[in-house]
Amino acid sequence: MKEIEVELLKLIEKNANLKVEKIAKLMGKSIDEVSELLRDLEEKKAILGYSTLIDWAKVLDTEEVTAMVDVKVTPARGVGFDKVAERIYRFPEVKAVYLMSGAYDLSVSVKGKTMTEIGKFISEKLSALDSVLSTTTHFVLKRYKHDGIILHDDDDDDKRIVVSP
Amino acid sequence: MKTTSYISRQVENLKPSGIRRFFDLAAQMDDVISLGVGEPDFVTPWNFIEQSFHALEQGYTSYTENAGMIELREEISNYLSGSFQLDYDPNEQLVVTVGASQAIDLALRTVVEPGDEVIIVEPSFVAYVPIVSLAGGTPITIQTKAEDDFKLKPEQIEEAITPKTKAIMLCNPNNPTGTFLNKEELQQLAKVIEKHDLLVLSDEIYAELTYDDNYTSFPSIEKMKERTILISGFSKAFAMTGWRLGYAAGPADIIAAMVKIHQYTMMCAPTMAQHAALEAMKNGRQSVQEMTESYKQRRNFIVSSLNEIGLSCPNPGGAFYAFPSIKETGLSSAEFAEQLLQEEQVAVVPGEVFGSGGEGYVRCSYATSIKQLDEAMERMKRFVEKRL
Repeated sequence: MKEIEVELLKLIEKNANLKVEKIAKLMGKSIDEVSELLRDLEEKKAILGYSTLIDWAKVLDTEEVTAMVDVKVTPARGVGFDKVAERIYRFPEVKAVYLMSGAYDLSVSVKGKTMTEIGKFISEKLSALDSVLSTTTHFVLKRYKHDGIILHDDDDDDKRIVVSP
Repeated sequence: MKTTSYISRQVENLKPSGIRRFFDLAAQMDDVISLGVGEPDFVTPWNFIEQSFHALEQGYTSYTENAGMIELREEISNYLSGSFQLDYDPNEQLVVTVGASQAIDLALRTVVEPGDEVIIVEPSFVAYVPIVSLAGGTPITIQTKAEDDFKLKPEQIEEAITPKTKAIMLCNPNNPTGTFLNKEELQQLAKVIEKHDLLVLSDEIYAELTYDDNYTSFPSIEKMKERTILISGFSKAFAMTGWRLGYAAGPADIIAAMVKIHQYTMMCAPTMAQHAALEAMKNGRQSVQEMTESYKQRRNFIVSSLNEIGLSCPNPGGAFYAFPSIKETGLSSAEFAEQLLQEEQVAVVPGEVFGSGGEGYVRCSYATSIKQLDEAMERMKRFVEKRL
């Protein structure tokens, strides 16, 4: 990948809301050049989407519940873990699935409105899969940092003196 | 008892920094977007801070060697050789100071005798002229010109030289202009410097913050190391201004003399800051690179915005300052800065405070978030449109 693609991606990784005009100015490129780069990166699926990081706790009365579920599975002949992983990640309740080294196989992140809702999904859907041997569920109690962003960090005021040599 | 008469004539005659007056004005106002800040907007990288915590927990709260911890001097020596191809003996040719400011003070006090002339290249950092005066020397200023992109020309040094000239102070990249001198340009200066047997104080605090060309450290130029005191520090590139940590490297006899003053006046640089700097030297590259990339983007942004507004601004090669001309508005740089502050609550520093040649320009620091820069440019646009 070219250096300028990396620079562009790093910029929008930090802030997907940056307008093309501004990106062009920051990179010292023309608007056309930046638009074309973006199109290319979207086409080759280096850019998969533009999402927004939201602190739902600030808007909704009820907090969303997240659980990290450690799942032990039986891999299938020929396709290993991929087939069972797919069976799991197709559920919309599932927000992330990773194949892990160590004590269990798949790390599954599940979101729901309540603990009961998540419990129901795990017992009725996830654990009920033939290839799933066991699950251990951990509920998230507090999010401190997510995707590199520190939450509840209101202390972002400039502590520098206004004018200095 | 009236104490004014007890203040030394020399100090009494020192002009207070023009920055100070402007700071007082800006500090009283709300909602100010400041482009007047001469320091990074980044907080010190966490691993440096954490290392300092660790050192304190371990009980490193006492003095260090006068010249600074030997481990730190060794790391600085490695860094200077790795990044700038310089070879300094950590035992004899390096001293760790309280900011680069103290290194400048030590260097000037070490070499200047009454009557000696020291050449200062203006517009310049506000401290050079007063420190030369305090050291008993006579500052001789050279004015770089906008049409030369504020680059010092060798013939300008020739013109300033008298039998009393002892040293020249260089700052590359320069505060406040952001001017960057490349290897060839420095080599041209070096010829005149050698011919007239001058000592060089090379302030390279912004050396890491260059955006277009490779950096050449002045002492790495042939025959210059033996006549140069290199001054640098952690404030700018490592985002460590408040830690107050810098260093000087140079000929062993000069460094030994500087350490003599240092041991009587300062004892040593703060121990906890030295520990943070040690981490910065060992594991700070990545942070410096990321910050530099971000400054470069913001440099691109502010320079093209200023030119669009109608304030002509050459592309500064380094540091984090843009130095646009405000002559088109018909205002002096002080009027421009004051009115901009009153009307639009944007603080910039009038060029005149940086000495001769600064009039007609303002210094805009772009070490501020893109969001703030964007808003500042909108406000400046409104301000300038009314006057063009």
